[in-house]
Amino acid sequence: MSDSSTNQVSANFSDYKPALDNNAALAESNRCLNCYDAPCIRACPTAIDIPGFIKKIASGNLRGSARVILESNILGASCARVCPTEELCEGACVMHDLDEKPIDIGRLQRHATDPVVFNGEDRPLFEAGSSNGRRVALVGAGPASLGCAAELVQLGYEAVCFEKADEPGGLNSFGIADYKMSYETAIKEIEWVQQLGVEIRCGQEVGQDITVEQLYEDFDAVFIGVGLGGVGPIGIDGEEIDGVRDSLEFIAELKTKPKQEVALRGKKVAVIGGGNTAIDAVTQSARLGADRVYLVYRRGPEAMGAYEHEQELARKDGGIFIYNTQPVEVLGEDGQVTGLRCVRTETRHGSLEYIDGSDHVLDVDYVLRATGQSKLTSLLEQFEGLAIEDWGTVIADEDGRTSLENVWAGGDCVSGGQEVVNAVAEGKRAAQSIHENLQGER
Amino acid sequence: MADLSCNIAGIETPNPFWLASAPPTNTGDQVMRAFDAGWGGAVWKTLGEPIVNVWSRYGAVDINGTKMMGLNNIELITDRPLDVNFKEIREVKDRYPDHTVIVSLMVESDPDAWHDIVQRAEDAGADGLELNFGCPHGMSERGMGSAVGQVPEYTRQITEWVQEAATVPVLVKLTPNISDIRYAARAAKEGGADGVSLINTINSIIGLDIDSLEPQPAVNGKSSHGGYCGPAVKPIALNMVSQIANDPDTVGLPISGIGGVSTWRDAVEFIALGSSTVQVCTAVMHYGFRIVEDLKDGLSNYLDEKDMTLEELRGYSLPKIHNWKELDLNFAVNAQINQEKCIGCGLCYTACEDGAHQAIHAERRDDGRTYVEVKPDACVGCNLCSLVCPVDGCIEMVEIPNDFDPCSWEDYTENDGVLAPRPEHQ
Ligand SMILES: Cc1cc2nc3c(=O)[nH]c(=O)nc-3n(C[C@H](O)[C@H](O)[C@H](O)COP(=O)(O)OP(=O)(O)OC[C@H]3O[C@@H](n4cnc5c(N)ncnc54)[C@H](O)[C@@H]3O)c2cc1C
Ligand SMILES: Cc1cc2nc3c(=O)[nH]c(=O)nc-3n(C[C@H](O)[C@H](O)[C@H](O)COP(=O)(O)O)c2cc1C
Ligand code: SF4
Ligand code: SF4
Repeated sequence: MSDSSTNQVSANFSDYKPALDNNAALAESNRCLNCYDAPCIRACPTAIDIPGFIKKIASGNLRGSARVILESNILGASCARVCPTEELCEGACVMHDLDEKPIDIGRLQRHATDPVVFNGEDRPLFEAGSSNGRRVALVGAGPASLGCAAELVQLGYEAVCFEKADEPGGLNSFGIADYKMSYETAIKEIEWVQQLGVEIRCGQEVGQDITVEQLYEDFDAVFIGVGLGGVGPIGIDGEEIDGVRDSLEFIAELKTKPKQEVALRGKKVAVIGGGNTAIDAVTQSARLGADRVYLVYRRGPEAMGAYEHEQELARKDGGIFIYNTQPVEVLGEDGQVTGLRCVRTETRHGSLEYIDGSDHVLDVDYVLRATGQSKLTSLLEQFEGLAIEDWGTVIADEDGRTSLENVWAGGDCVSGGQEVVNAVAEGKRAAQSIHENLQGER
Repeated sequence: MADLSCNIAGIETPNPFWLASAPPTNTGDQVMRAFDAGWGGAVWKTLGEPIVNVWSRYGAVDINGTKMMGLNNIELITDRPLDVNFKEIREVKDRYPDHTVIVSLMVESDPDAWHDIVQRAEDAGADGLELNFGCPHGMSERGMGSAVGQVPEYTRQITEWVQEAATVPVLVKLTPNISDIRYAARAAKEGGADGVSLINTINSIIGLDIDSLEPQPAVNGKSSHGGYCGPAVKPIALNMVSQIANDPDTVGLPISGIGGVSTWRDAVEFIALGSSTVQVCTAVMHYGFRIVEDLKDGLSNYLDEKDMTLEELRGYSLPKIHNWKELDLNFAVNAQINQEKCIGCGLCYTACEDGAHQAIHAERRDDGRTYVEVKPDACVGCNLCSLVCPVDGCIEMVEIPNDFDPCSWEDYTENDGVLAPRPEHQ
């Protein structure tokens, strides 16, 4: 388990992909082969010209490099930190075929974008286009809406994001594992996006503080980028006991509060689930100094949805993975969690069944639910006539067009949960589609 | 372990690796540490009337993140008193009698001045002398260094003056800042030189700091042209060494090869083109005396593997250097891509398509990877693809046999030679 002294807890959350120094960036950028029809570009959902930006680092043209990245992906500074590059660009790098380490694309991207996004610009790289008098409302201010809005303002639109939370950014601000990117970094990047002219109205819940009808009335088009909901109860006894939490709430809290307030020294934690959220909850619990962290997953390792490299990190941090195990009851004393009663499972004829007599109790102080985010169905229903899949995601085509005239959607509320980079890409494509349509109307 | 001892112009030396006259041979302490590390000889930092140096003296070219591929300096000859230098030379020779100490000299163009310093160097125990007619900056403004080396008559004259006083072998160090190195070597030989060393540094402006737009190395905002050396200059040096070694007027004149030697492989090239010893400066300024261990080890392994002596290697490649008009125009090669090794980077395609002869076909396969293939009827065998390919041995240039006799340009234009057909150009 990770060291739990207070300094160490803070150190545990230092950047997992730290900045490169100039010389290291130069050496790494020169390692890139500058491939023809480069596979890394094709593996990037926002299709950043990766060898292009890397060779600009090599030439010493950092501003040009940042432009190449941010033109394709306005949240390029976040993505440099949070993208699962192992699965995307770096996973596609031809260096693998040479049995060499792939080019460190993420950190090079950070090297190029950080100065522009975080150091204040004398000459802004991007500017709002000259106003065309059209207005677009965006529901939510997560990556999808920000990607869409940033593109829209450059095309001359007024873009207004309505965000129910007190701070913008969605899961990019509140959900990303803290050792990948801090809350403060995410917020600073959004401030940079706002300088472009993107307007964000926080504390404005659509359907509550402002109605869908009003959006239709005041704006020429609407983009839905509301993401998904929290992780709801899994339906076992004792879930109301203090110490049972939605892992997303837990992560948001550890990101926004001083680490000493959220440290888990001496505590034992069980995380329920098998996806990336569960893994992030395990890793961060461990890094907060917990004595023991279990991951409780009802199926075998082969069925786990979490990325292999993230699982490895969690294991290295001391996470104990318990497979084929289903929680059936949270136990408590004096209103506090004391244990998690589980049974062993096995798959018979394709269905998951409990093994008789396999009852056992994990001695834990906290239970974190990470069994999948809920859908924001009641909000989506307020968009009358909006076509929705049975499982609650919005139906939209490649350009983000929904079943409704002048309503587009993108990000997790359409995909059911992907990465920041996908949300940005979908938002941007929707902006271009909105532009094509509204232009046509003229 | 191959025998690395050798002889240059009558000087016996434990191995062919010498420190060139430069900052690594400024002091007796350095030279002794270098000998302890394994260097066979050292050419002492040039002695003459002590000068005053500027403070900011070196500049470098980094290529693609690799540091110091080329180095330039505006440093002059020794700035330490002559008697201190001679005392240290004496001490080094007393303690390391088997190692070679060559003393590099440069004084004004006056026979008495040369006679005097030659005498003092020999008194201190020098195994040989090297006349610095090569320094291209500063000293040349005072009529010394390359101001001498660029005028064959001066080179001959001063070499003669030196030989009037010298009893030990004399090497003349040549400047590459001329149009044909052979004239300088011939003049040195005519003046009585026992050998030549080359190349000294190439005149250069290393670059500007493009923020301040000041030339580098900047001395209070200004700079001066300086001498260029390091790995980047090796090809120029190799050509000059081979020219002198192959020149009928200077054939057999002992050569100490200098310019960009960093590894034993570089040394093999200098020796195979006729050098007896090699001298090293930049690589030592970069990585220290310790590099000699691998210089010796690598050269020794190489000789063992080739079953060759150092003497047999010397000049081995000289007969293979010819005038262009003597090369065989009927020798055809084509690029051959090993698809098993190919990683699909497409660099060969881009290079050939834009930079050469449009002889590689590229397409995106179903699995998303790039597939490349050589068009044999378009390939002129230029080598470019094999030079850019990042995978070792992936693109080979293979001979395309034909039934034609060899035919050079000379054969073709003067002896009724017959040319094999060539690829048709679009
Ligand atoms: C724990 C966790 C870790 C993750 N880690 C990574 C990672 O490392 N790398 C990565 O690339 N991706 C990661 N992701 C995924 C990534 O965060 C999401 O894919 C991305 O944030 C989706 O963007 P979005 O804009 O579609 O939705 P969100 O980020 O969810 O943003 C939606 C926004 O809409 C707002 N909203 C909702 N309803 C309303 C309403 N009625 N009115 C107004 N506003 C509303 C929300 O408050 C929120 O701000 C992670 C996700 C989770 C859950
Ligand atoms: C394959 C090749 C062929 C060249 N042919 C010529 C030529 O025909 N005429 C000429 O003036 N220079 C020729 N050059 C020299 C280039 O024009 C240029 O001066 C030289 O390559 C230095 O520039 P660079 O190293 O920055 O590319 C040639 C260079 C190369 C590499
Ligand atoms: S695949 Fe790798 S080597 Fe090729 S361009 Fe992309 S990062 Fe560079
Ligand atoms: S340069 Fe080499 S590795 Fe790259 S595509 Fe061509 S043959 Fe394949």
